Amino acid sequence: MKFADFVCFEAIIPKLKATDRDGVVAELVAALAGAGRLANADCSKVLKAVIEREKEASTGMGKGVAVPHVKHTAVTDVIAAVGRSDTGVDFSSLDKQPVYSVILLISPADNPDKHLQAMESIFKHLQKDKFRKFLRQSQTAEQIEDLLREADEEPSL
Amino acid sequence: MQTEENTSEGVVCETVVEIKNADGLHMRPAMQFVDAASQFDCDITVSNAENSVDGKSIMQMSMLAATCGTTLTIKAEGADAQQAIDALRELVEVKMFGEPPPKDRSRN
Repeated sequence: MKFADFVCFEAIIPKLKATDRDGVVAELVAALAGAGRLANADCSKVLKAVIEREKEASTGMGKGVAVPHVKHTAVTDVIAAVGRSDTGVDFSSLDKQPVYSVILLISPADNPDKHLQAMESIFKHLQKDKFRKFLRQSQTAEQIEDLLREADEEPSL
Repeated sequence: MQTEENTSEGVVCETVVEIKNADGLHMRPAMQFVDAASQFDCDITVSNAENSVDGKSIMQMSMLAATCGTTLTIKAEGADAQQAIDALRELVEVKMFGEPPPKDRSRN
């Protein structure tokens, strides 16, 4: 799966306003809703589901990235929003370090395989130092979109 | 399948496991795997048809996209390799990460 297959490019936030985990997730959920990708679902319920999942075990995987996610009936296909923070956000990460890049993934309730495929593409790139650095340095939504599209085309990035 | 050979550095063990829980190796099971693997001193490598990754790295384990029914090869190298293999096989195939198998077994 490629980023372009599931990332909503209208839901990229290059400068997150929130400085705490719940606020960041709320911004990203609102961006997906604003782009019309959550059907008529109640945003606050989607937000609550993501936070509850986050409380079970942090998705802050270390190295400045977090991938909050949840399965929800609001979507019929996997969909992701991307945010980056200048200040860093406490996600209770495994390495205790602040998070600068956040990918929010909402997956349909009945397609676990698709969820795993989206996760695979996300981590294939996030584990690369160069990709994480470029994502963190991106200043605009256009730069982030370009980076994701380039990563789709250039497996070496 | 299980092979074992003694070298001067220690033991090498390998086994093939099948993911049996319905949701596959998503992040929570992957974290359980990494936690279990990290209890051992030996090096642990996990492979699917395409990739070989470090069994102690959550980011790398998340790359495997191991859906229900996927088989993974676990290779352990070091003095406690056999114990590691036994523990990881039990986690994946017997405990199934504490998650349910598919409701409809014909799904795959």
